[in-house]
Amino acid sequence: MLNYIIRRVLLMIPTLVAISVLIFIIIQLPPGDIITSRLQELQAEGQDISEEQIEALRARYNLNDPLHIQYFKWIGGILVGNMGYSVMYGQSVNNLIWERLGFTLLITFSATLLTWLIAFPVGVYSALRQYSVLDYAATLMAFVGLATPNFLLALVLMYLGYEWFGIAVGGLFSPEYASADWSMGKLGDLLAHLWIPAVVIGMGGTAGMVRIMRANLLDELGKPYVTTALAKGLHPIRLVIKYPLRIALNPFISTVGWMLPHLISGAAIIAVVLSLPTTGPLLLDSLKNQDMYLAGSFLLMLSALTVIGTLLSDILLAITDPRIRYE
Amino acid sequence: MSTEATDAPLIDVENLSVVIDRDEGVVRPLNGVSFRIDAGQAVGIVGESGCGKTMTSNALLRILPPGAKITSGHIRYRRKLDEQVVDLATIDSGSAEMRQIRGGDISMIFQEPMTAFSPVHTIHNQIAEMIQLHDPMDDQAARRRVVELLDLVGISGPDERADDYAFQLSGGMRQRAMIAMALASKPRLLIADEPTTALDVTVQARVLKLIQRLQRELGLALMLITHDLGVIAHTVEYVYVMYLGQVIEEGPVVEIFDNPAHPYTQALLHSIPSLTNKDKRLEPIEGSVPSAFALPTGCPFHTRCTKQVGDKCKRQMPAHVEVSKGHYASCFIHTEEGS
Repeated sequence: MLNYIIRRVLLMIPTLVAISVLIFIIIQLPPGDIITSRLQELQAEGQDISEEQIEALRARYNLNDPLHIQYFKWIGGILVGNMGYSVMYGQSVNNLIWERLGFTLLITFSATLLTWLIAFPVGVYSALRQYSVLDYAATLMAFVGLATPNFLLALVLMYLGYEWFGIAVGGLFSPEYASADWSMGKLGDLLAHLWIPAVVIGMGGTAGMVRIMRANLLDELGKPYVTTALAKGLHPIRLVIKYPLRIALNPFISTVGWMLPHLISGAAIIAVVLSLPTTGPLLLDSLKNQDMYLAGSFLLMLSALTVIGTLLSDILLAITDPRIRYE
Repeated sequence: MSTEATDAPLIDVENLSVVIDRDEGVVRPLNGVSFRIDAGQAVGIVGESGCGKTMTSNALLRILPPGAKITSGHIRYRRKLDEQVVDLATIDSGSAEMRQIRGGDISMIFQEPMTAFSPVHTIHNQIAEMIQLHDPMDDQAARRRVVELLDLVGISGPDERADDYAFQLSGGMRQRAMIAMALASKPRLLIADEPTTALDVTVQARVLKLIQRLQRELGLALMLITHDLGVIAHTVEYVYVMYLGQVIEEGPVVEIFDNPAHPYTQALLHSIPSLTNKDKRLEPIEGSVPSAFALPTGCPFHTRCTKQVGDKCKRQMPAHVEVSKGHYASCFIHTEEGS
């Protein structure tokens, strides 16, 4: 087991190096760079910028170096925790990301919690009482949930929130608390705003997960070991929890690690619609504007989280499923 | 055979019928099955796939699939607890009483030991669960009993094997572990549903011998369900032959093999190869088992029977008559009107 983990961790290193090279190439691929487009903007506004200023800017972002030197400077910075400088925001990438990470995690975490709290019991019930009225109701709701684009739901909830309750539901804080220090009032205000993004982001996932949970459990309920356990005289509820439910969770465990990258990139569109101070819109902007260090650092973080998440999932699965462990 | 003072059978199944409601229509897997097993007696139930053998055993334990229900008949069972006769056909299948009988009184060995064990729990975990369910004891005592049981069924190194998962054992070992689990709560009746079908031929005989030995040593009643006449020949005393959810012939095992009375049983015996008479050609039974959605009228076997005595085979169900002592068959060739 320990050997397995060590081997997997060592394998991660070449994977991440290859990914970082690819990312660097991809963000260099489009013609031009952010300085050129920034320059055009400034000139269009009628500002004059001297050659020296341009050169200084290019030098500051290492744009005059050959590509491979640029790569090593970038990756070297990341290794010591410096992700570079965003031209677009005029701030260090570290600051930009850390500033938003907390809220992003908070929103994604509450959305995921909501998803699981609803999806697991509903999915289990649907499987145990297949073709019952409530199962059909859950199925209908799940399909509606899957078919509704999240941003549309966000718009509807914003409208209803404004019409019925007279509150502006965009963002995470009311204006009076936005720049205030932390207090009980501000926390309450945050919670009052948090439920909308949590519901909106959680809904699509909930609908999908209800269907997956139902299908997984139905598969397992038909297995011969369920009949065996029944023939032993086990109580049906204890039986379902100990055997089929336990095994039906394995597909979840094998994908739970993929939540990690999702924590950062997830729900960018909704964040834009609801004007949430999360990392999603930041990633979107950086890609649109060729803000190379910001975009590159983001993509690298996402890749690293994907690789780490997959490893975590595999380790968890090996712990819960002996068939994997003994292979 | 029975060492019990009482003459009442251990289990007496009378006219048991089961229907399953499906979207495609109503299936009738059991149409008035009757049989009895005395305490300590070994009984075989033989028939082709689809004749309702497994449905019968699932009905006894009331673990029928969703949509299936018992529509008529009785399952009178004399339980271990107080020697009371209870009707398992009418008892609430979800009751504690029924759960106590499952595993505790009547236990089962399944065809596929690989899938009949949970893949993510150890053998010990699953056997100990069975023990503690019917006889509360602490974990150490349960552990000792698990090792004892695995030793009893001939698993070497039982203490180490107990912590294995089903997929780590060989097919024969898995079936031995399954037998150990079935015996864990000292049942009175052991139902073995095709216990050797999934095993290698070389292992089949040994597992069968084991079941037979344990049945005799522990004084269990055995209900051996199989499609393989060779399996029952040396294992049981009395045989029931089933066709389309009915018992069409029954009798002592020697009688069934030497003087089969029903055309179906005769055809079944002709379709197995013989070592002593190598020149004889095998005769397959013509046609196939009719669909359970559309059961034939009259005698269920008339669609494939080569010995029909006339039109009444298609119209009327022949009576179950005694053809020799303790040997019964349902065929017009044995009824007075038929001869």
